Amino acid sequence: MCLAIPALVTALHDGAMASVSVGGIAKQVSVALLEQVAVGDYVLLHVGYALHRVSEEEARRTLAMMAEAGLLQAEVADMGATAKSAGVVHEIR
Amino acid sequence: MKYVDEFRDRDLARTLAAAIAAAADPARDYNFMEFCGGHTHAIFRYGVQDLVPANVRFVHGPGCPVCILPARRLDDAIELAERHGVILCSYGDMLRVPGTGRRSLLKAKADGADIRMVYSTLDALDIARANPGREVVFLGIGFETTTPPSAAAIVQAQAEGIANFSVFCNHVLTPPAIRHILEAPEIDPSQAARLDGFLGPSHVSTIIGSRPYEFLAARYAKPVVIAGFEPLDVMQSVLMLIHQVNEGRVEVENQYTRVVTRDGNAKAQELVDGIFELRPSFEWRGLGSVPDSALAIRAEYAAFDAEKRFTLSEKRSRETKSCECPAILRGVKKPKDCKLFGKACTPETPMGACMVSSEGACAAYWTYRRMETLAEMAAE
Amino acid sequence: MTTPSPDLSGAVDMSHGGGGRAMARLIRDIFLRHLANPLLDQGHDATRIDAGSGRIAVTTDAHVISPLFFPGGDIGSLAAHGTLNDLAMAGARPVALTAAFIIEEGFPLADLDRIAASMGQACRAAGVPVATGDTKVVERGKGDGVFITTSGIGVVPAGVDIGPRRLRPGQAVLLSGPIGDHGIAILSKRQGLEFGTEIRSDSAALHRMVADMVAVVPGIAVLRDPTRGGLSATLNELTNAAGVGMLLDERAIPVRPEVAAACELLGLDPLNIANEGKLVCVCEPEDAETLLAVMRDHAEGRDAALIGHVTVGQPGFVRMTTAIGGQRVVDWLSGEQLPRIC
Repeated sequence: MCLAIPALVTALHDGAMASVSVGGIAKQVSVALLEQVAVGDYVLLHVGYALHRVSEEEARRTLAMMAEAGLLQAEVADMGATAKSAGVVHEIR
Repeated sequence: MKYVDEFRDRDLARTLAAAIAAAADPARDYNFMEFCGGHTHAIFRYGVQDLVPANVRFVHGPGCPVCILPARRLDDAIELAERHGVILCSYGDMLRVPGTGRRSLLKAKADGADIRMVYSTLDALDIARANPGREVVFLGIGFETTTPPSAAAIVQAQAEGIANFSVFCNHVLTPPAIRHILEAPEIDPSQAARLDGFLGPSHVSTIIGSRPYEFLAARYAKPVVIAGFEPLDVMQSVLMLIHQVNEGRVEVENQYTRVVTRDGNAKAQELVDGIFELRPSFEWRGLGSVPDSALAIRAEYAAFDAEKRFTLSEKRSRETKSCECPAILRGVKKPKDCKLFGKACTPETPMGACMVSSEGACAAYWTYRRMETLAEMAAE
Repeated sequence: MTTPSPDLSGAVDMSHGGGGRAMARLIRDIFLRHLANPLLDQGHDATRIDAGSGRIAVTTDAHVISPLFFPGGDIGSLAAHGTLNDLAMAGARPVALTAAFIIEEGFPLADLDRIAASMGQACRAAGVPVATGDTKVVERGKGDGVFITTSGIGVVPAGVDIGPRRLRPGQAVLLSGPIGDHGIAILSKRQGLEFGTEIRSDSAALHRMVADMVAVVPGIAVLRDPTRGGLSATLNELTNAAGVGMLLDERAIPVRPEVAAACELLGLDPLNIANEGKLVCVCEPEDAETLLAVMRDHAEGRDAALIGHVTVGQPGFVRMTTAIGGQRVVDWLSGEQLPRIC
């Protein structure tokens, strides 16, 4: 029950409301649940409310880890190692 | 779309699939429970099973709030609309779910009840503002993700003096349900042991953080990876769980770092704490009565509590007989183990909630993997 | 073609359906003003048409839609396009339409005029006249503004034989453009689901494009417009009727970014969303590129794409390779698709 989608904040309004763009669709949403928010932030939108800011840096890191899983895998295979590819994505926190 | 398309990339999926295949030990099985219906939906919608080895299995959990709402609460909601004549506002998900006698909100609406589908509690407030002479009740369902918007609506209604608005609160909590699955005496103890780890809730965790799951690792020795809802998030989390299992580690790891922190959203938590309090116990379809697993509206906000404002009659509510939803929700049975599946029970004629909600395991199997499932049933 | 503007303040009342002078005035001031053509001008209840030689195709379609006016069209243009497309999907050249209006008492005359004007414009653009019509008025509360039933007749050229029984494994499945525009445009206008950006309905007449397709490849196996129930319903109907399977590639199916975003936002699947200006064409694999080129020469088919193939196995099932490379069944909807938050 938790369909939520990243949305770009395009304007802030009174009453803890904001305009956001979801893939080009403009929508008015509540930002009452956020500590702070600025125009240009991406937020996670759920039933008309922004739940959390989306961290660009963390998203990039996650994608890099995914790509790296393959690289490490290839290395392990090259070495002919049977051992597990320890800690591939372990340190994602 | 940013933060969506990248996490559905076919090349990266292939990369992760290869890494999972290489990491999974063919000599053993990996049984991971995805608690959330959102994960169930993503796994089926994108065919994630096809990209992992056969010994990596998904066990579907009870994290579908539509599925776990017992018939009694749904019957109560229908009573609010029919007997008390309120405008009942509900998310679309609930409308087709069958209550006692397979009566749904949609059927009640066809019979003349004023039931309206809303996308947000903001819409429900608008309906209350536009109909000052009518009582407007919002049917609040959902986990920790969906609770803060209900709380915010009550705060807003109080601030504006919207006196005709109330919430019929059915909000439930995730960690007690997971604990219940691992502890409930009616569940075969081998069942809990069979689970090798959990894909932890994603959007629930944006609110409550990853900390509330630490007991799972500490007390029950079950690895947890908080996982996003996109297919690549699920795959990466599976890889992380496999590594934990292989290395004998038992930790709460967070794959969904772009929106989940250890402590979650403090402001939303505070808001929820201010409006709601723990119910001593709440009935879950499938799990039975689970202590401290749901929220009720605090006495200070009784004016906005539909359960206080309206007298709900005693009912003899009944779940549909021989429907295996309860066992399926606990992860003990699969849809193919239900003799109604695909016969008496299809999305056109649902007998249980698991076939209605797109997050329900039965609906997922029926919609996305029907051929395989029916073939397995025929073979057995 | 238009006479001086009549007085369009006021609303439809029961006298407009009574068969008397008021009704005659309504027909003259609104319907004839916008829809006049030599066939309609015959002034008979039954119009005589010289349709030429060939097999006659006939179709009828009732149009009920809320809201009546939506971005990219209204019930008037939709009623014309829908029936023109039903004829085109039989490979027929449309010859004439008929239109029956059921109007609710109290409906504003100005809105009725707008609807008739838009239908007239759609028919002129399509080069297909409304040959005869009918008007009824129902009491307030017994209709939803306006319902329009349009029938159409057309002529099928020799050598054209379109139908699901001609589906064979190996054939190519083509789609004329991005899906979901119409359904999302309608949804976005309904109460509670307001989007700032306008997504326009794709409502359009496809018969000219089809005429060119049929001229180049008369052996087209199937044409079908994926309206209600969307692409998934259309393909499931076809595979069920023909006892074949299909395999689609999710990444090949065009969806506008805004429509994809709206679907994400509402928890809908674009495959289930209605279209009013798209077609699915199933043809021999060697004809696929030729037909795609013909389609892309038309505005309605600019983004045409090859989206999959007819398969031997699993008769009655449509399968799809998903974005990430897994597989799933493409099911048709059970009942109305409801927005979900889960």
